[in-house]
Amino acid sequence: MNRFVLPLAIFAALIALLGVGLTLNPREVPSPLIGKPAPHFELPQLHEGAKTFTEKDMLGKVWMLNVWASWCVTCREEHPVLLDLAKGGGVLLYGLNYKDKREDGLAWLKTMGDPYRLSVYDVEGRVGIDYGVYGVPETYVIDKRGVIRYKRIGALTPEIVKDKVLPLMQELGRG
Amino acid sequence: MARLLAFLLLVSPTPWSQAKEAAPAAADPALEQRVMTLAAELRCLVCQNQTIADSNAPLAEDLRNQVREKMRQGSSDSQIIDFMVERYGDFVLYRPPVKATTLLLWFGPLLLLAAGFVVLVRRVLRRRPAQDLEINASERKRAAELLAGNEAERR
Repeated sequence: MNRFVLPLAIFAALIALLGVGLTLNPREVPSPLIGKPAPHFELPQLHEGAKTFTEKDMLGKVWMLNVWASWCVTCREEHPVLLDLAKGGGVLLYGLNYKDKREDGLAWLKTMGDPYRLSVYDVEGRVGIDYGVYGVPETYVIDKRGVIRYKRIGALTPEIVKDKVLPLMQELGRG
Repeated sequence: MARLLAFLLLVSPTPWSQAKEAAPAAADPALEQRVMTLAAELRCLVCQNQTIADSNAPLAEDLRNQVREKMRQGSSDSQIIDFMVERYGDFVLYRPPVKATTLLLWFGPLLLLAAGFVVLVRRVLRRRPAQDLEINASERKRAAELLAGNEAERR
């Protein structure tokens, strides 16, 4: 009887290990950018192409950068959450329109509603690469010193906003 | 009939409508060789089991362009790898670096092999050597008879 105990224990441990592995999401790669200064960009705005916007404009404020595109299906799912977030007006939410056509991006905001203070237009996705974007939508929370404090890959959900994002932004706002 | 034919023609996948223009080959084949060699070391984050050399995802294409551009600007391979790791983490590397967090990944298989070897050695050592058989006179006689019988049969 005893001789079966060890193999059985090893087998059970292996099952547990693989079981946990199944519940993990391989898409969620830990970002090396957390705790690092937000990469510099200066991009034309989506609505007014002649004007630019840079992350430096936001120094001293806690803000959110949301990467979105009109071709992105998950963004459609996320959009109501963003609209809800922006409703109060307290959250500084900025958009980065990623590898999109300008008219498509504008049309999307027109039909779906525009939760952003403004969106910048990254047609080549260069800034996206600097921010390590690989699965739109992605959302960053950036603190007063311009350091990335949080990154979400994939859609924000009401739970994540309530339990993580808003508390974090409040805490950073106090500091 | 003609209508049906026309319809079939319309819906059939026609080679002429699907032909795609080949991507322009780089002017400099040596550079392109370098780009592809390095790209084969980098993971595409969209389709995670492919390298950015293999993948046709738009992001992989962008990253290849980025690599190409950096090489044109004179960056070394290790500078480009650092650039990618800064943005996407060690996960972009198909050959992860040996670090405290990856020790198990690198040496886990070796550890398992060693553990297996230890188990094997212990088992073999524990197995007692077969005892010498004691046989008495009558058994010895019977054995001799059997052996003799064999000899007789063989002849």
